[in-house]
Amino acid sequence: MTRQKIPAAIVGPGNIGTDLLAKLRHSEALDVRSVVGVAESEGLARARDLGLRTSSEGVDWLLAQDELPEIVFEATSAKAHAANAPRYAEAGIQAVDLTPAHLGPMVSPAVNGHEHAASPNVSMITCGGQATIPIVHAVSSVTRVPYAEIIASIASRSAGPGTRANIDEFTHTTGQAVAEVGGAERGKAVIVLNPVEPPMIMRDTVYCMVGPDTDRAAVTESVHRMVDRVREYVPGYTLRADPQFDDPAPEWGGNGRVTVLLEVRGNGDFLPPYAGNLDIMTAAAARIGELMATARIGARA
Amino acid sequence: MTRPALTHDVRIIDTTLRDGSHAMGHRFTEDQVRSTVRALDRAGVEWIEVSHGDGVGGSSFNYGFSGTDEMDLIAAAAEEAGRARIAVLLVPGIGTADDLRRAHAAGARMVRVATHCTEADISPQYFEVARELGMETCGFLMMAHRAEPKVLAEQARIMVDAGCQSVYVTDSAGALLMHEARERFEALVAEVGDQAWVGYHGHQNMSLGVANSVLGQQAGVRYFDGSLCALGAGSGNSPTEVLGAVFDRLGVRTGLDVASLLDAAEDVVRPYLPRWPKMDRNAIVQGWAGVYSSFLLHAERAAARYGVPAQDILRRCGELGYVGGQEDMIIDVAVQLAAEEEGTAPVDEREKEAVR
Repeated sequence: MTRQKIPAAIVGPGNIGTDLLAKLRHSEALDVRSVVGVAESEGLARARDLGLRTSSEGVDWLLAQDELPEIVFEATSAKAHAANAPRYAEAGIQAVDLTPAHLGPMVSPAVNGHEHAASPNVSMITCGGQATIPIVHAVSSVTRVPYAEIIASIASRSAGPGTRANIDEFTHTTGQAVAEVGGAERGKAVIVLNPVEPPMIMRDTVYCMVGPDTDRAAVTESVHRMVDRVREYVPGYTLRADPQFDDPAPEWGGNGRVTVLLEVRGNGDFLPPYAGNLDIMTAAAARIGELMATARIGARA
Repeated sequence: MTRPALTHDVRIIDTTLRDGSHAMGHRFTEDQVRSTVRALDRAGVEWIEVSHGDGVGGSSFNYGFSGTDEMDLIAAAAEEAGRARIAVLLVPGIGTADDLRRAHAAGARMVRVATHCTEADISPQYFEVARELGMETCGFLMMAHRAEPKVLAEQARIMVDAGCQSVYVTDSAGALLMHEARERFEALVAEVGDQAWVGYHGHQNMSLGVANSVLGQQAGVRYFDGSLCALGAGSGNSPTEVLGAVFDRLGVRTGLDVASLLDAAEDVVRPYLPRWPKMDRNAIVQGWAGVYSSFLLHAERAAARYGVPAQDILRRCGELGYVGGQEDMIIDVAVQLAAEEEGTAPVDEREKEAVR
């Protein structure tokens, strides 16, 4: 017997929305029935070819339909999401926000996805956040982390105009999430765009300050476990090497440091594999959507 | 935004207290900053750049923590300066608009926004903040050897359209040969020269910082960076005291007093140098392979930590096309090289000795 799937919609049929659609096509909990944009586009045409209902009249059209989605994925802009979010809430629609608007709680599926499965609105933070926060959490769950810092390097070709115009928001939001979601006492984030050809695959480095007596084996094991959890939804998420431990140093306040070197290869669903930064966003959003849908189905059973 | 009028034929901006921060391991003291600012001010330098080597907000694991909070150093510099004014560097993605506001509050009056040479479109956000704060603005197109002159000029256009008053050919790797530098100067002057000044920031890895500055002046470049005793990343910057002397001989007015610059270099900066920036093997490899100059000390540390030659790390960084800000990749490369060499190639002990 097939269970009833939860109806969903994607708002924003750009590259992110299209890649997300590809990932959700085979979902057992979610049924994406419509895709909307604010203008006719290739993305809408692609969705139409797949047999989905589409409209270039945006959220106005979506909310005027007899049958409303229960979950909406928003891949537009922070400004658009800020305008749309109250309307979704009013209609009782849960929103998964892939924009930098950051209205709802910040979620990383491997860290706190289950806690927010019933939240009316969740923020997917940033690509760099999705790639690194699970690791910060893996370290902070076995030892105190007074400070964590992440460096996200992405291919220039994978950074769209929105990212480029809002680098400052990226560094702020990611740094904040490294602390709030990752569990470090203070967080800092850096993003670097690299134009090398062929494009570089997304790379992320996580540095955590740890006490001089840290149980290195426990940290290493926790990191490996977390990588396996993230790989459940991002198969191309890998460690370049075992976590690297540096001895305590005076300039680190007598603390030591653990460095985790990551590579995020995209799944190539719609976006090219080097764009691991975009892939991990859509994969994480799909994962959260599934958790929300499963919770809704469970509540009805 | 209109560009500021020049007081002299060219404007020399001294970056001893910013690019030099790399060579100092980001551990400038307030006393060193004060004495250097006093000496530069006395020599007639109009703008003095002070901040973490990687710009405001650069204090970090990845780039090195500041020994003294850079905002305290900026405030001390602003207090010490008589005629000179204080500039800061900001690298989008590392520093933030809030860091810039703090630097302004501490007394900085110019910001130099630095992006990789093909990524100028991440800079407009910061030029806007600088304009609101009433700061003078420069744009740095870093690793300028990595973009063809035409592309570099297009990127300069983006910065100028965003309100930048002076755009730099920033030779972060000290890799530009003279004809390559000249082509880039000419392309930028042709594209934005009627609206903004064109600048040149040189490194000495191939020993061409001063020579390229002379070519630049002939091609219409009007802002030049230098550091006393060349104190800067890699084998350092075009030495300010040499720029002063050479331009003096050429009859190009800089407003600088050469004898005072020589005193500043010899009596103030030289005593605190941890090592005189020089064209040693690793630094030359940077210019040769086109590697971001501030990778030098990080590569030497990783070489000591992982027992692989620093020059091999740097060359690999060049091959992989890493850009400014990717200092974490030095660790990655060292780990990979160590794994490749495990049980085979003997470790080059001289590298360990060099950084001990």
